[in-house]
Amino acid sequence: MPTLTIDGIQVTVEPGTTVLQACELAGKEIPRFCYHERLTIAGNCRMCLVEQEKAPKPIASCAMPAADNMVIKTDTPLVKKAREGVMEFLLINHPLDCPICDQGGECDLQDQSMGYGKGASRYDENKRAVNDKYMGPLVATTMTRCIHCTRCVRFAQEVAGVPELGAIGRGEDMQITTYLEQAMTSELSGNVIDLCPVGALTSKPYAFTARSWELRKTETIDAMDAVGANIRVDVRGREVMRVLPRVNEDVNEEWLSDKSRFAYDGLRARRLDRPYVRKAGKLQEATWPEAFAAVAGAFKGLQGSQIAAIAGDLACAESMTALKDLMEKLGSPNLDCRQDGAKIDASTRAGYIFNSGIAGIEEADAILIVGSNPRREAALINARIRKRSLTGKVKIALIGNEQPVLTYKYDYLGAGAATLKDIAEGRHAFAEVLKTAQKPVLILGQGALARADGAAVLALAKQAADGLGLVKDGWNGFNMLHTAAARVGGLDLGFVPGQGGKDVTGILAAAQSGEIKAVYLLGADEIDMSKLGSAFVIYQGSHGDAGAKRADVILPGAAYVEKDATWVNTEGRVQLGRRAAAPPGDAREDWSIIRALSEPLGHKLPYDNLGMLRRRMLQLAPHFAAVDKLTPAAWGAFGTAGTVTDAPFVSAVADFYLTNPIARASATMAECSAIARGITQPKTGTHD
Amino acid sequence: MSGVHIAPPEQQPASFAFTAENLELAKQHIAKYPAGRQQSAVMPLLDIAQRQHDNWVPQAAIRYIAEMLGMATIRVLEVASFYTMYNLAPVGKHFVQVCTTTPCWLAGSDKVLSACKKHLGINPGETTPDGQFTVIEVECLGACVNAPMLQYGDDFYEDLTEESTGKVLEALKRGERPKPGPQSGRLSSEPLGGATTLTTFNPAGNAGGGDD
Repeated sequence: MPTLTIDGIQVTVEPGTTVLQACELAGKEIPRFCYHERLTIAGNCRMCLVEQEKAPKPIASCAMPAADNMVIKTDTPLVKKAREGVMEFLLINHPLDCPICDQGGECDLQDQSMGYGKGASRYDENKRAVNDKYMGPLVATTMTRCIHCTRCVRFAQEVAGVPELGAIGRGEDMQITTYLEQAMTSELSGNVIDLCPVGALTSKPYAFTARSWELRKTETIDAMDAVGANIRVDVRGREVMRVLPRVNEDVNEEWLSDKSRFAYDGLRARRLDRPYVRKAGKLQEATWPEAFAAVAGAFKGLQGSQIAAIAGDLACAESMTALKDLMEKLGSPNLDCRQDGAKIDASTRAGYIFNSGIAGIEEADAILIVGSNPRREAALINARIRKRSLTGKVKIALIGNEQPVLTYKYDYLGAGAATLKDIAEGRHAFAEVLKTAQKPVLILGQGALARADGAAVLALAKQAADGLGLVKDGWNGFNMLHTAAARVGGLDLGFVPGQGGKDVTGILAAAQSGEIKAVYLLGADEIDMSKLGSAFVIYQGSHGDAGAKRADVILPGAAYVEKDATWVNTEGRVQLGRRAAAPPGDAREDWSIIRALSEPLGHKLPYDNLGMLRRRMLQLAPHFAAVDKLTPAAWGAFGTAGTVTDAPFVSAVADFYLTNPIARASATMAECSAIARGITQPKTGTHD
Repeated sequence: MSGVHIAPPEQQPASFAFTAENLELAKQHIAKYPAGRQQSAVMPLLDIAQRQHDNWVPQAAIRYIAEMLGMATIRVLEVASFYTMYNLAPVGKHFVQVCTTTPCWLAGSDKVLSACKKHLGINPGETTPDGQFTVIEVECLGACVNAPMLQYGDDFYEDLTEESTGKVLEALKRGERPKPGPQSGRLSSEPLGGATTLTTFNPAGNAGGGDD
């Protein structure tokens, strides 16, 4: 291992480390623009110049491998002069428009010119001007500010896997653009905004709405998909101004999907900000006591078996705990958190989580994707699979109705359960690949389970996992990919039919036949509302979507950034979300609504604050104590063997941008969706 | 300001394909590189496309080549826009490239340009209204010893003066192809005032070198 001296400090580094990384290990700050630890090395900004003893010129530390006995100096007059020179060159064509630039206040160029620049320029000529480029509805461009670090180009090529950005022209005429200014076709395109060290690529929805220093920043958890990306929500007043990713190597690294980043404008639209009660066929504004009285009136005289509850995709663990307890007290076994009807077996935890962990994908050497389009269902997990795929050490195969572009190569094996059966029974060639792999992975999507023969498909997957050695000492490669942030938490807490209870399909059938007379929808909007028959429907949620339209009583709840709440991601990782903004109007945190409702119903729930409720959650599922950690789950029996049909597996997510009530309320997401479906021609922006 | 000039959509043809001959040529170029490295053939393929398509590369050709080589379209556009030899917008039938880099400039490239202005009525970067001539300024073409010079097609016309440039242009206008090389009468890049060495050396049957 090379040992080198940096400003008199000796450091020993791994072979292959760059001088820049070695300097960081020695605690020396090296300014940089083009270098980014998650992207390939470009070496074109020259900001990271340092002095190397016996070298004739300063060296670009980001591109120089650390070698034994190197003597590096980062604080000499030569280095200072070199940095000043580079900075002066970079600023030759950079406009002085910081006061009107959205990057102002959080700009690498601003900071580094303060720290390492000279403070004045000797350049008197006119600055160059560059036409702005259209890159879609999410990324605003001011290309005159671009310093050609090519981070965005490398991100699109390497991480997102959509080589659509490039640098055309050369020298002074070099410009970053997409091919003929088309919108980027990536679910991760928003990340180029974070990567851009200057204000060339900024957020279009956020443009000119706030300055970074007037925002209150809250670190919380994303609920747009089951990945549970770590986010920071920036709020001014009570309005969410933007959402940014936080670093969590095990979950989202430092990326964020476009839905998680840009659906926040849906938090302002179609909000339920006061209770409603349906009177004479029309929903009318009401007070909380009126709404509660209406619910109590409807529940009066009903038996437990005539009541049902369904939890939606965004529900937090707290509200599901409270609702489960309430249903128990009402004597109802009819509750389900699997609103898509997925035949998941809640009895064995290892049977419904992503056991290897998201980071575990980077060790996998064989991956079989069944009934899922990970790019649409969990864009960040797809990025992980791509990352692994780029190492060339993994074989990937897919079973599903279509052959989507997933940004990596895979073998398409078949459309449906027959192929899975062949693999499970060892007749298929890919079975051998899984069998001989050290760390094989099976990713089972909801598309394979949310169907009549879902339980049998699950049993087949279990059979494959057992027969092909997916579960072994120190490795569990059985991975269920969920699409809803609420799902694993609901399953963990046992928000599933009790003794003799009905699941979602059963509840809907019973509601249609009149057997079930009251249905409590906890943010459940993706069920077929027409099947609710004449049942009395209580909708608790944040947005006026399908559920609220059908409801007889609406109880306005808080959206995911408006409450202190717990979510469990698809890996089974328990994560705490924190309240970043207040819910609008009369809306309240969801668990407290259920707690308040329990009193007029005559079944007062025994918790008066969040702490007491969370102690109750620990009783139901002790692993809720292990926040941010993965609790390994014991392998056991799950799934019900049976006959499977020939119907192909269809991904659970048809439109990445419109999966939940918040995203459907978002104008930004609607625009993205329209462009992705090719419905509207993108606006061509301001060029020519 | 200058920049990459790409023809607007209304000038772009809808599709592009190599002729059978050129396809064969393209395959020969691709075959020069090992499997999986066929992208290396992007520059010769762009050149073939430009020669086939009236001396400019339309976007349809860029997409066609990208598909042929398994490259992202933007990567082909990057190459095509980096090298000044590829034209991404239509040019005149006669494409005249006048070198104005320092040696040619010192030797009188301004006169060459003024001859272009006089005989064609256009400035560098412009195309005659009838679409016959395009004149552009280019950087060094490596013929400094015969400066000033211009390139027409694959040929160099060297040792130009205002008058001889005019003659070349008028001949082109008439549809003739004047003899390439030095227009001053000297052979190749011999010394301007005639040979200064080997003046007495005259082996039988060898009266001098070629003129190319």
